[in-house]
Amino acid sequence: MKELLNDLERWQKQGKAVAIARVVDTDGSGPRMPGAAMAVNEDGDVVGSVSGGCVEGAVVVEALEVISTGDRRNVSFGYSDDEAFAVGLTCGGTIHLFIEPLDW
Amino acid sequence: MAPSILALLTETIRAEEPVALVTVVEGPGQGAKLLIRPDVDAVGSLGHPDLDRVVTRDAVGELAAGRTGVRHYGETGEAREEAVSVFIESFAPPPRMLIFGAVDFTAALARIAKVLGYRVTVCDAREVFATRQRFPMADELVVDWPNRLLDEVGPTLGPRDAVCILTHDVKFDIPAVVGALATDVGYIGVMGSRRTHDDRTQRLRDAGVDDAGLDRLRSPIGLDLGARTPEETAVSICAEIIALRTGREAPSLKFSTGPIHRD
Repeated sequence: MKELLNDLERWQKQGKAVAIARVVDTDGSGPRMPGAAMAVNEDGDVVGSVSGGCVEGAVVVEALEVISTGDRRNVSFGYSDDEAFAVGLTCGGTIHLFIEPLDW
Repeated sequence: MAPSILALLTETIRAEEPVALVTVVEGPGQGAKLLIRPDVDAVGSLGHPDLDRVVTRDAVGELAAGRTGVRHYGETGEAREEAVSVFIESFAPPPRMLIFGAVDFTAALARIAKVLGYRVTVCDAREVFATRQRFPMADELVVDWPNRLLDEVGPTLGPRDAVCILTHDVKFDIPAVVGALATDVGYIGVMGSRRTHDDRTQRLRDAGVDDAGLDRLRSPIGLDLGARTPEETAVSICAEIIALRTGREAPSLKFSTGPIHRD
């Protein structure tokens, strides 16, 4: 999350609503460790990443929902082999994310 | 108005002081936070003073070890219960790299080390070489003898830190190596050709360095990548530092088996 602090500060100053998604746990192979984070603001601007680019699109959708509902949520992404375009990690691992509004 | 948890976290990280952010990710009080700094009262609450007390104790340990992860507790901090899951995120201060010798290799190494997140100090006793103009990327520039800098900062160096001695001039090398060996620094690399290395090894023995001390040195410095330029050499040094920390032999993944990421 360290690398997001400047952007978070700037968005807060601009009065933007922001959601932050953090990797809290991983199973198996995964590109990013717990603590990897990305943040999304109400305009859909994104900073940071939580995987090697596999699930970021889906995380933006989740984060925008968190901004509009204000609810926190846990979301997991794993390997998916039955749907060609399903969101998942191609590396075979699973990442567990905690997504919350930046209201603290 | 008291500063927010995020503002305090940002301030502490910018000051390069250790801090852990604890968040309830599942259970009652989801989203509640506690900000923990060693030797300072915790800020915030997870919802119950006993839970706060137990988690603070654990988080101080996790922070010291540089670990980030989820732990489970009962609602009032009981062990072996799972009512509350908290995510403890440790923000350790950046590791340090001391580079002795203000040469072209130093500038390249300092640049790569910055990319890897090191706080970089460049030290050379020769004022004309150790200039800000030549090393704008260094966090700190010290014009002094290596042993004097090591006397001062040595006790603060630990396993995550690195000392790279690039002078290949015995009058600086020997005191730098002896000074570095007296610390708990995780990596000590010393530049020089095979011939320089052999000559230096003898001089280090004469200076009282034993086999265990010589074993600790990465000399000649760097992985065997065939690096030639200062930039390539910097990559080979930083790659060696990573491989030493992770205990790997550093072959290409193509020629090894097993998981790419291990704990």
